[in-house]
Amino acid sequence: MIQLAGIQRTYTVGGRPVPALKELSLTIEAGDYVSIMGPSGSGKSTLMHLLGCLDRPTGGSYRFAGEETARMTEAGLSRLRRHQIGFVFQFFHLVPRLTAAGNVELPMVFAGILPAERRQRVWNALEKVGLTQRASHRPDQLSGGEQQRVAIARAVVMSPALLLADEPTGNLDSASGREIVNLIEGMNRQGLTLIVVTHDPRVGERARRRIHLRDGEVVADERAGSAIESPAAPGGQPSRA
Amino acid sequence: MKLADLLHFSAGGLRGHRLRSFLSLLGVAIGVASVVLLTSLGEGARLYVTGEFASLGSNLLIIIPGKTETKGLAPLVSTAPHDLTRQDAAALLQRVPAIRRVAPLAVGTASASAGERRREVTVVGATRDLLEIRHLQMASGRFLPRDASDAAVCVLGAKVQRELFPDQNPLGQLVRIGEWRFRVIGVIAPRGTSIGMDLDQVVEIPVATALRLFNRSGLFRILAEIGAQDDLRKTEQAALAVLRERHAGQEDVTIITQDAVLATFNQILGALTAALAGIAAISLGVAGLGIMNVMLVSVSERTREVGLLKAIGVTYGQVVAVFLVEAAILSTAGGSLGLVAGLGAGRFLQWLYPDFPVQPPPWAVAAALGVSCSVGLIFGILPARNAARLNPVQALMRRKA
Repeated sequence: MIQLAGIQRTYTVGGRPVPALKELSLTIEAGDYVSIMGPSGSGKSTLMHLLGCLDRPTGGSYRFAGEETARMTEAGLSRLRRHQIGFVFQFFHLVPRLTAAGNVELPMVFAGILPAERRQRVWNALEKVGLTQRASHRPDQLSGGEQQRVAIARAVVMSPALLLADEPTGNLDSASGREIVNLIEGMNRQGLTLIVVTHDPRVGERARRRIHLRDGEVVADERAGSAIESPAAPGGQPSRA
Repeated sequence: MKLADLLHFSAGGLRGHRLRSFLSLLGVAIGVASVVLLTSLGEGARLYVTGEFASLGSNLLIIIPGKTETKGLAPLVSTAPHDLTRQDAAALLQRVPAIRRVAPLAVGTASASAGERRREVTVVGATRDLLEIRHLQMASGRFLPRDASDAAVCVLGAKVQRELFPDQNPLGQLVRIGEWRFRVIGVIAPRGTSIGMDLDQVVEIPVATALRLFNRSGLFRILAEIGAQDDLRKTEQAALAVLRERHAGQEDVTIITQDAVLATFNQILGALTAALAGIAAISLGVAGLGIMNVMLVSVSERTREVGLLKAIGVTYGQVVAVFLVEAAILSTAGGSLGLVAGLGAGRFLQWLYPDFPVQPPPWAVAAALGVSCSVGLIFGILPARNAARLNPVQALMRRKA
């Protein structure tokens, strides 16, 4: 489903180019459960933004479901995000003035789905995350775990193919964090491709495929049990100058 | 995306910061209210003046001796205009059927004295018909005699009467005007200034007497009243033809119609109203800046929200639309509020000063509303584009606010 070939992403800081991702190649199958791990500054956030089409690579090729994203217009990328990709963020990113139901409804509002159908799908999505009782509460009336569940309901309400979770448990206590992980793993078992970006090994180790990044390169790519060394980065190189 | 959903979402954004939204809305409201109120006053002034003219009778011809025109060559023979005479006035009444009344006027200034009291007055030589033509009311006594006599009688304006004969009945008393003595036969009811002449400060005497008093052969002007049904232009031409014939074929008089004077006043006061509207429109522009400011703050406060919208697939155009609609809601609501406030203030002034018509011209109401809507759209463009151009990654990375 996802094919990255020679992906580069270079930022310009103070007039000097700083590479965040160096020649990264990666293929992720539909329905897989992948974690991307690494210390801060390793490029995992950059990779997540590229995968989510929030950012464009400075070089290389990214094909989503066989389609080259570099050739897509901004509007095309917006459509791709709307229909194919759901996001879950560390800080939930709920709109504070909207109720839980209003937040879940948001993607459908902008997609032009009619109100009657929206109500039905909001209800279904809230049911999946077990929050139908809290539908009319605003974010400040919800606990952190509940807020993240609302965010997950919002991420899946458009029935995307891919769920991108960026430190989904980073802002939660461990009990709520476990609930959240269980929730999205359950969705993965029903066929949703799941990519979790985290620096927390307890979360990352649960994935079937674990990709370790350091200094913008894949240093390890292991699949539950057997470890596969990355051909691109044997051993790990000294960090950038 | 459906329009109703867009309106609902944008209105929700405004409810997020009520006080700020309300204050910027108030700015537009004040702008629109001032446009409505100031143009109401300007329009009121116009209606008031035209009303004054109408009270004089708009079916009036004013005939003035002399003609102002530019010709190619200086005439070799002097063409000094003929005097306008009482006979001219009589001929107009006789020969132009549409003319129902004429008032030949001779005007001069002289000192008037009664006993020890003395003051400068404007002396108007007139006939009985002036009473009807200018719709004058008598406070006491009667007006000048109908015939063309040169009797030594006079009618006093209200103020002249107060000053020459304080606390006593002037009827039958003698007034010295210039070198002559006149018997007071009437006093005109107070009326105030009416187009160029304060009738309260005037002494009226028979026109023949006035011509002799000032030793003049020609009239100051002739007022001719025509029937309400008659055509002003045609009558003007007919009157001109009569006078040309009487003045040896020369067109040496100028005829002013009340219409022309009215049109001039209309023009001047219309321009005044437009100028007032322009001044008030400045405050609308300032209100627009207020909206822009509020929207810019709103965009920067809601950076994270914009980032989220982009992440869930909201397009550039949709983000622009959300913030433009917010600005348009602010300015339209402010415009409506201002319209109501302006009309209300107009009503209040009308209640305070019932004689002065306060009425907003329809064009000003439409323009104020139209402009206030477009103010929101125009001043909303910059903030909306700022929002839509936000980099979603950076927008989402913002921790708070």
